[in-house]
Amino acid sequence: MSELLRIENLHVSVGEKELLHGLDLTVRAGEVHVIMGVNGAGKSTLLHAIMGNPAYTVTEGRIWFEGQDITELSTDKRARLGLFLSFQAPISVAGISMENFIRTAKTAVSGQQQRLFPFKRLLKARLQDLAMDPSYAERYLNDGFSGGERKKSEILQMRILDPKLAMLDETDSGLDVDAVRIVSKNISDFHNETNAVILITHLNQILKFIRPDHVHILIGGRIVKEGGPELVDEVEANGFDAYRSLAGEA
Amino acid sequence: MAEERKKSRIDDVARSIYDVKDAVEYAYKADAGLTEDVVREISAQKDEPDWMLEKRLAALALYRKLDIAPWMPDISELDMDHIDTYVRPKTDMKARWEDLPENIRETFDRLGIPEAEKKSLAGVGAQYDSEVVYHNVQEEMERQGVIYVDFETAVKEYPELVKPYFGRLITPNYHKFAALHYAVWSGGSFVYVPKGVDVKMPLQSYFRLNAPGAGQFEHTLIIVEEGAKCHFIEGCSAPRYNVANLHAGAVELFVKKGATLRYSTIENWSKNMYNLNTKRALVEDDGHMIWVSGSFGSHTSCLYPDTVLAGDRSSCEFTGITFAGKGQFLDTGSKVECIGRDTHLSIHSKSISKGGGAAIYRGVVHIGPKAAGAKGAISCESLMLDNESRSDTIPDIIIENDNIDLGHEAKIGRIPEEDIYYLMSRGLSEEDAKAMLVRGFAEPISKALPLEYAVEMNRLIDLEFEGSIG
Repeated sequence: MSELLRIENLHVSVGEKELLHGLDLTVRAGEVHVIMGVNGAGKSTLLHAIMGNPAYTVTEGRIWFEGQDITELSTDKRARLGLFLSFQAPISVAGISMENFIRTAKTAVSGQQQRLFPFKRLLKARLQDLAMDPSYAERYLNDGFSGGERKKSEILQMRILDPKLAMLDETDSGLDVDAVRIVSKNISDFHNETNAVILITHLNQILKFIRPDHVHILIGGRIVKEGGPELVDEVEANGFDAYRSLAGEA
Repeated sequence: MAEERKKSRIDDVARSIYDVKDAVEYAYKADAGLTEDVVREISAQKDEPDWMLEKRLAALALYRKLDIAPWMPDISELDMDHIDTYVRPKTDMKARWEDLPENIRETFDRLGIPEAEKKSLAGVGAQYDSEVVYHNVQEEMERQGVIYVDFETAVKEYPELVKPYFGRLITPNYHKFAALHYAVWSGGSFVYVPKGVDVKMPLQSYFRLNAPGAGQFEHTLIIVEEGAKCHFIEGCSAPRYNVANLHAGAVELFVKKGATLRYSTIENWSKNMYNLNTKRALVEDDGHMIWVSGSFGSHTSCLYPDTVLAGDRSSCEFTGITFAGKGQFLDTGSKVECIGRDTHLSIHSKSISKGGGAAIYRGVVHIGPKAAGAKGAISCESLMLDNESRSDTIPDIIIENDNIDLGHEAKIGRIPEEDIYYLMSRGLSEEDAKAMLVRGFAEPISKALPLEYAVEMNRLIDLEFEGSIG
């Protein structure tokens, strides 16, 4: 399978503080990766660094996407190459309708004008997939949305923008049982042999619907253990304590 | 739905359209500077009745006496000795676009006025420099007794309607530039809506200043009789020259008992314009005045539409946006004077400053001693797009009455970095992300504007961002 993302020896800082201390990760098309770890381990930092958030500085190491070095590339160019990040806490903007925003984004990432009526139909169908009322198209971007609605809005955008690599940062937290099922269904409908998913999750609920190929345990800014889906069960049974020593933490 | 709007006729508008300068021969151009002879000459050219000439001369004397208000922005670069007060285009007024000289017609074509008239307007006036060159109103409107004519025609044909109102609300001693206006006024529109008539489609006047170093001093007078309704749209633009131009119009609006008037403006004067415009509305019992105002152009603007809530239960809403870019000092706001009982006011102002521009909100709300039961809300939001730009909020609230309820909130901020990052993570370039966020900020105003003006406003915002980020 073809390689989508390759990270080598990634060091990331915010201000003076180094949060990631040399990370390696390879993601191929068709794969689902799960990153687990305690709060503050650097999971979100990793995804933001891959997306090119200017608040995070790569001090060492490289990031490649489909063989292209994207370490210095601006966020919008990464998005246009096919990267997508579902935010843990998506912002809201009054005055911009969901439809206008997503259509503008789709035009930007696809490089093709989105004709109005076909796009409206696409949006309506995807809203339906997420059990969201069609009226959401007219609402302002995430404005007045509950936590759960915001997460669904992220998945809606993912499905329409159809990225090659979708990075989902705790998309399942704040969702009720039904919503987790709906969102999981959307992620598995999205996922195919040509794209890949990186999931950050604290919960196992979502993993009941989506089986990961690779699991990485991130502690103290380092990947301390990697394995297959069996690692999820191991963490669930024993917690993260067993891995702290691997990170050099007592 | 902005995308849908983009499909309309404004799609290809670019700043270059406003900037096209027409090489025009003028039929008459008053000597630069301001003398009694110039004023007499303007009056003679217009073949005016004596009462009007007398008003002009009295105003001129007043202009010479009055000082510039101390709080005004710096206008020292404006040299009245080098402003042409009267420039008459070489054409009579027409009622058919085809009859206009080609270059003038092309200008309005480029601005999309004839097209808009066909689609969605009940009447159109188009002023080119000092004179109205086109005027037309739907027959249906005329049948209902609606009068919509250029101001010169009104003075000659409807003196009984013009004389009692002209200069009553904005008196020549209102301020120095009001006096100037009355000395040299030319062009503008007169609207009369008879009792109970609801003018369903908007009337629109478009003001175009083409001559370099000239002034435009149009007078607009609108009378909406009891229970009548009207929407008036005013658009302004000019090409850019290296010499200062001056706009000192006056807009007097009379909203009678139970009447409603909506007055929308999109002003996009070129950045050499001094826009010292005065607007005032008088609202009687149960009358309702709505202002929608977008200020984008000009070098310096002083514009504070003033509403006098004279009647009981009269009300007004002001929704305004000001966008000050490089080299612009836009001092805008609104004024409300509550006199009647149980009045209601709402002021919603937004401003954006960028590239060193200054956007100032200056407002006055005056609740008089007899205005018991007045209720109101004032909100001012400012967005500064960089560190060089300036934004100030100067709200003046005078309350002479205990029985009132007035709220005021002001907010000055920047576009959050995380908002820009979020939009960029969806593929939008930095400038597109910023433009979209600013459009979102401006949405409450664009929603209140007629469609083609909302589209134009979004275009103007986009133009400000095009290639602005290195």
